Amino acid sequence: MSIASASPPHVGTGPAGRFGPFGGRYVPETLVPALEDLERGWGRAWGDRGFRQELESLLRTYVGRPTPLHRLRNLGTGKDGLARIYLKREDLCHTGSHKLNNALGQALLARALGRNRIIAETGAGQHGVASATAAALLGMPCRVYMGTEDMARQELNVVRMRLLGAEVRAVDSGSRTLKDATNEAIREWMTTYRDTHYLIGSAVGPHPYPTLVRTLQSVIGTEARAQILEAEGRLPDGVVACVGGGSNAIGFFAGFLDDPEVALVGVEAGGVGEELGAHAASLVRGRPGVLHGAYSYLLQDEDGQIAPTHSLAAGLDYPGVGPEHAFLRTSGRARYVAVSDEAARGAFLTLSRREGIIPALESAHAVAYALEWARELGPEGLLVVCLSGRGDKDVNALPQEGT
Amino acid sequence: MDPIPSPPFSGPPVTPSGPGSLRAGSSGEDPKPADAPFGPALLAQAFDRARRENRAALVVYLAAGDPTLAATVELARAAVEAGADVLELGIPFSDPLADGPVIQAAYSRALEGGTTVEGALGCAEEVVRATGAPVVLMTALNCVLARGTEAFCRRASQAGAAGILVPDLPVEEARELQEAAARHSLGTVFLAAPDSGPQRTALAAAASTGFLYLLRRRGITGAGGKGEELASRVAEVRRLTQVPVAVGFGIATPQDAAEVAQVADGVIVGSALVEAAHRAFIRSEKPEEGLRKAAAAVGDAVAALAGAVREARRRP
Repeated sequence: MSIASASPPHVGTGPAGRFGPFGGRYVPETLVPALEDLERGWGRAWGDRGFRQELESLLRTYVGRPTPLHRLRNLGTGKDGLARIYLKREDLCHTGSHKLNNALGQALLARALGRNRIIAETGAGQHGVASATAAALLGMPCRVYMGTEDMARQELNVVRMRLLGAEVRAVDSGSRTLKDATNEAIREWMTTYRDTHYLIGSAVGPHPYPTLVRTLQSVIGTEARAQILEAEGRLPDGVVACVGGGSNAIGFFAGFLDDPEVALVGVEAGGVGEELGAHAASLVRGRPGVLHGAYSYLLQDEDGQIAPTHSLAAGLDYPGVGPEHAFLRTSGRARYVAVSDEAARGAFLTLSRREGIIPALESAHAVAYALEWARELGPEGLLVVCLSGRGDKDVNALPQEGT
Repeated sequence: MDPIPSPPFSGPPVTPSGPGSLRAGSSGEDPKPADAPFGPALLAQAFDRARRENRAALVVYLAAGDPTLAATVELARAAVEAGADVLELGIPFSDPLADGPVIQAAYSRALEGGTTVEGALGCAEEVVRATGAPVVLMTALNCVLARGTEAFCRRASQAGAAGILVPDLPVEEARELQEAAARHSLGTVFLAAPDSGPQRTALAAAASTGFLYLLRRRGITGAGGKGEELASRVAEVRRLTQVPVAVGFGIATPQDAAEVAQVADGVIVGSALVEAAHRAFIRSEKPEEGLRKAAAAVGDAVAALAGAVREARRRP
């Protein structure tokens, strides 16, 4: 299951970085030459044996891949009426989430392109920490843009980024969350792209980013498919992952896209209600439009203004979603659902207390849906959940009483 | 499952056949006198007049609805009276990628004040009526998509707009916009950036029927930052197109404007004026007084810029 042998499926990718009608490169002209340059550089790097070997070696010894596939011991035992549930343990990656798979690959790409500085955006801080880590490893300066609301609710990660030598640049515009951090990173990159790589953290943004990030994250799905076959001798009935921008989900789904018998389910942030502003479920409740350079599903008002969003999980609190997910939704290959803050909080506690695993609040959304689905499937069913990150950063987000 | 939507604006740009194509798209449904210039012709007229006077045209940018839509009309009037040849009216967007802090803040104020896209288009109509100047609408792609390209262009044309600029729509995706703009007699404006190679610059030049917007430097809108050698770049771009070449981004002072005016057909100034208006406005307790002062500030600043542009080519 080496990454070098993994040929990520390019389902739906058209010539101009399109997934069906979605994707594209809707950016101001200033950035187009930078993106063309990145696309060429990425093609060269990914085709280069030395590049792939260095990445593979670091994924093994630095990130800790392959990550384990772990069967829950106390839930889905057969006696509780639930399907068997496996977790793909991306929370055990170095830095505590799947984000380092992508950050490391892109940092190596930056070096190959001769860019000696990294900028990144972050929501929950997991991508910021991963970028700061990769930059430290490769000896590059790193600046991370982060909304002030997210800095307050994910303070631990702010401290970690600073400890890793990164500059955390507070973003106080708009909703002060991931969307605004992304705006600021793109705006900076319009000035600095000649010596700086914009290390985008999710499978969003203008071409080639969605393809690039999906390719780097597809190691999750490639490993998981081989591991579940080894453990169970068959493919799962379904795989479940949380979706903000959608990088862990698209990388996880990539391993199963060509297995039509495996249902793919992406879980969005249902927040506290169905009205605009109360959730971050772009695929479930949004409609197509252009944000951050790609045509995809968005939460927006009638005028096309981007709507405010809400989620307990900072990493899901984003009004857009990767364009390949938009394609998988409209093609019917994947299904997307929304899970409320409350249900995610419940799963966070359940997994912590029943299994001894504290999940990130983002990943807890996927766990919540999987537990529900496992009951419908019954003991004969088999599910794999991508546990995209660990929850140390989230211990303060819980209500104090009774917990 | 939803039907799969078609991609926005796919396909290569249309290359106009020549100057004669400027009015070829006239739909006849717009309520304008048949002999009055409109659309790209109105822009061409403004640039021609400046050329006859041996100067660059002054293009002034304002954000619709900052601080109110009615105020924008007054600011536009002050700008044109002080010597602006062309107005660029920004439709507020929640997440403008190409804009610096000044215009972002102006858009936030406008949106907080309740400005809608329809309100901004109505404002354009008022501005055209009040000033007679050609108005180019600048809008984020998502606002065009939300209404539909055809409907957006139809309404913009009804409002009397002369042209449309969608900064986050790259030229190779622009066919749908170009066709709709042509149907409704709107001039198109595309951007050429410092690192756009000859091929992309040629595409942008060929696709622009209003004027070509040449970026003075990398980065976002607002003061500061040094551009690279301009004269040779303008000359290079001029060889590619017959439409005027206007230069913007980072032009704030009369000195900046004069420097650009020596070599370009148009000088575009935005953030500096938006900021001047805002500062004057917030310094006053009463909105009416604030508006008067803001209009005076814009008038003074535009007069200084227009003077600099007028003198630019008379220097030895």
